[in-house]
Amino acid sequence: MIELVRNVRLWFAPQRIRAEGVTPDYRFSLANERTFLAWLRTALALIGGGFAVDQFLPDLSRGWRVGLALALLAAGVLCSLRAVNHWMRCERAMRRGEDLPVSRFPALLSLVVAVVAVAMVVVVLVGWEG
Amino acid sequence: MSAVAAPERDPGLQPERTRLAWRRTTLSGTVAAVLAVRTALHGGASATRLVVGALCCALWLGFLLVAHRRIHALAATDRPTALTPRYAAAAALCTVALAACASALVL
Repeated sequence: MIELVRNVRLWFAPQRIRAEGVTPDYRFSLANERTFLAWLRTALALIGGGFAVDQFLPDLSRGWRVGLALALLAAGVLCSLRAVNHWMRCERAMRRGEDLPVSRFPALLSLVVAVVAVAMVVVVLVGWEG
Repeated sequence: MSAVAAPERDPGLQPERTRLAWRRTTLSGTVAAVLAVRTALHGGASATRLVVGALCCALWLGFLLVAHRRIHALAATDRPTALTPRYAAAAALCTVALAACASALVL
């Protein structure tokens, strides 16, 4: 958690990143940037999914609809915050010549998406019956 | 040989791929913003909902500005510098704020 706070300070102090280590090959930095953007797209897709649940499943009860939408929106928020944090960690690791950081976030996100998807299938089927 | 004529060209087209990644991300943001406006206008367009919908459009414009400036920086040189944390944070914060607006609209 303290690590996260320190990273958040670094978001707004680019000169402190440049002060460390050596500048890596620009192609590695651009690849890292594209990975960051891919995670941001995932976050935007989750947010779009939240809107879609709210708009395109009108037969659901309000509780389920709002719950599923909020779950997707929360996943989107986590995904984008984690995207910028992971980008920063990779950038620093490359500057210092360390191994790239590993993460269990992809596994967690896929579990959450799977659970939400199963919940949606169940809720839609039950909703149509009732 | 074209390799001799243009030695500075990156054979992996990294700047172009990065530019297109920014474009794709902006497009994803556009879809989310359109859905936000649809949600805001649907189900009783009250003043609050309209303001939140307009805020989503403003956030989309903010993201567009970040993407535009980054694409400009990528095209300016043969060896583009890395993304600055400020731009990365701005892009991510636009996304987070969009999600916050979304939860206000959904609730």
